[in-house]
Amino acid sequence: MKFIDEFRDGNLARGLAAAIRQAVRADRDYHFMEFCGGHTHAISRYGVTDLLPPNVRMIHGPGCPVCVLPIGRIDMAIAFARDLGVILCSYGDPMRVPASGGLSLLKAKAGLGRHAGSDTVSKGKHRGEIRMIYSGADALAIAQQNPAREVVFFAIGFETTTPPTAVLIKQAQALGLGNFSVFCCHVLTPSAIASILESPEVRQWGSVRIDGFIGPAHVSTIIGTRPYEFFAEEYRKPVVIAGFEPLDVMQSILMLIRQVNAGRAVVENEFTRAVTRDGNRKAQRLVAEVFELRRSFAWRGLGELPYSALGIRKEFADFDAERRFAVRYQAVADHPACECGAILRGVKRPQECRIFGSVCTPENPIGSCMVSSEGACAAHYSYGRFADVAAVS
Amino acid sequence: MKDVRKGYIRPLDLRQGRVDMTHGSGGRAMAQLIEELFARRLGNAYLGQGNDAAVLPMPPGRLVLSTDAHVVSPLFFPGGDIGCLAVHGTINDVAVMGARPLYLAASFILEEGFPLGDLARIVESMARAASDAGVPVATGDTKVVEQGKGDGVYITTTGAGVVAEGSDYAGDRARAGDRILVSGSIAEHGMAIMARRESLGFAANIVSDTAALHGLIAAMRASGAAIRVLRDPTRGGVATTLNEIARQSGVGMMLQESALPVQPEVAAACEFLGLDPLYVANEGKLLAIVAPQDCDALLAAMQAHPLGRRAAVIGSVHQDAQHFVQMTTTFGGRRIVDWLSGEQLPRIC
Repeated sequence: MKFIDEFRDGNLARGLAAAIRQAVRADRDYHFMEFCGGHTHAISRYGVTDLLPPNVRMIHGPGCPVCVLPIGRIDMAIAFARDLGVILCSYGDPMRVPASGGLSLLKAKAGLGRHAGSDTVSKGKHRGEIRMIYSGADALAIAQQNPAREVVFFAIGFETTTPPTAVLIKQAQALGLGNFSVFCCHVLTPSAIASILESPEVRQWGSVRIDGFIGPAHVSTIIGTRPYEFFAEEYRKPVVIAGFEPLDVMQSILMLIRQVNAGRAVVENEFTRAVTRDGNRKAQRLVAEVFELRRSFAWRGLGELPYSALGIRKEFADFDAERRFAVRYQAVADHPACECGAILRGVKRPQECRIFGSVCTPENPIGSCMVSSEGACAAHYSYGRFADVAAVS
Repeated sequence: MKDVRKGYIRPLDLRQGRVDMTHGSGGRAMAQLIEELFARRLGNAYLGQGNDAAVLPMPPGRLVLSTDAHVVSPLFFPGGDIGCLAVHGTINDVAVMGARPLYLAASFILEEGFPLGDLARIVESMARAASDAGVPVATGDTKVVEQGKGDGVYITTTGAGVVAEGSDYAGDRARAGDRILVSGSIAEHGMAIMARRESLGFAANIVSDTAALHGLIAAMRASGAAIRVLRDPTRGGVATTLNEIARQSGVGMMLQESALPVQPEVAAACEFLGLDPLYVANEGKLLAIVAPQDCDALLAAMQAHPLGRRAAVIGSVHQDAQHFVQMTTTFGGRRIVDWLSGEQLPRIC
């Protein structure tokens, strides 16, 4: 396939692997965090680690939008449909994330059907629904087709998915749609990176060593490379923005190794085919017009982080599901045995979790990292767990 | 005395008419639907007996029986429709056991309001598929449910076939050293459905591979190769089917990504939708596991058949206590090819 195969070429990969082997110093280790779930997925799916020398270790970061949603946010999404009778529209990925009471959106969806008891519908109210959609535009269409129903779009994701949500809200406003609103759970990449660099494991105890970051691909097409310059300067950590293809990842690892060896810590851009220093100004303006920073937002694993997420501006309050239905976030504790928090901070690897692969599997996920294909646990379980046992004879 | 006048029944209106509740009532309307729409198209001596069950001749051997419900959406898709799919799917389930498929039974659940013209098209397609395969629909049933309680048409087909003593293909017979073959390019049925559902313009040329495989299987058997396992990788795709076999046989497998036949449009559509072709459904492909010494002969026999022209050896069987299916990627790394988890594409067949 043109423009795809070129970035997955085995010969080029072997060439890069040789260059990496030459570049690494034998007297030291290299610990790099790939921030994005997209990179985690590429590394696992293409077996990138097999091509790296043993002293280059990749640490999975928190950049999986489904993984960082706390249980309380999923509970809210379920409550919209179950208690408030709305049609909740969600992407496929959040559907299986465990919520309180053994529920998930998928299980709640099954419980809302015609076979549910009459107690699920209050008098005069519609029965809530949960629908899986492929694009936010589908949610808007559902609202247009069902003028008598309230439709809520469960908007998740980092900066990549934020501009499309802004467009949706503006479209809904232009159409005068009175029955459409957005449950906004958009979060910000730089806040998560800062939280990791400020964590005691990295900053004080030194139990997690991070020598550099592979920076986000798609997020950076929007925000540009400038926001990462602070991390390179302030924390002396090199950052290489990289595409999501396996050769991008290999190339960025080589670039990080060269920076570390030279004692440099700057932001470099491997993904020049899509990312500039300033990013997409038009998208940034659109986001600024519709959204504002939340004072604080709860992340799974990272806790409450100040100014780490977006809420909808007052001017668009009619389209803000949280305001419209006056619902509030309530924190819910994670499963006590689940290590998703430590895994998201890079403190533990998936296979170090007691319940990984036994109690917690993609079919029966206990934590969010086992749900999305970009989650560290799901990626390791689905693609890489052969490495945990003896090699194939 | 004058003769009793023969009751006139207005013929079914296939242009404007719709299924209504009387078509499932057991009365005249149902009899007319069966006669004019079903029997006329599917016509064969057994169906024509008009009894509650068909009485069928049976050659010597063991009976092989399989049943399959079809709920595909949309009902019509590039390369086929629910009618031919219901015939092919069940014939293939019987055929991969090494059996010769002999008869089909079909049961229809129709939704009130469904256009009779569409039903006629579906039954015609079913009749054509059955006649091409040489496997008659010997008996059938129709029921009607109220509007909103079904989705147009659901079809359940049951297939009966016969297999000789001593001829056994089963999922537990794969052995270390065996080779794994696929009969052609994968993921076409699932992506044809998906391209249609999502209106992917660039993928409009993808056509479902729905086909009856018993002819190809007969050619493979005639080659004399020591075939251990045959299976059609439908829902869950090649990945899930190989995992089933690995578990049943207690072995591991190693695939070569570069050997997997995938058409460029299919690969592009998968890439676009974030799907892995290894997990996408096929309806006219089979996986064969064969003793290593017979691999070449079997591959040649498959490639000589029209439905196996793009057959390829995609991997081999190994000892592995974990029963992992693994793959060497084109990139040069190694990964697990796990069971499908969750639902990739609902209502695919």
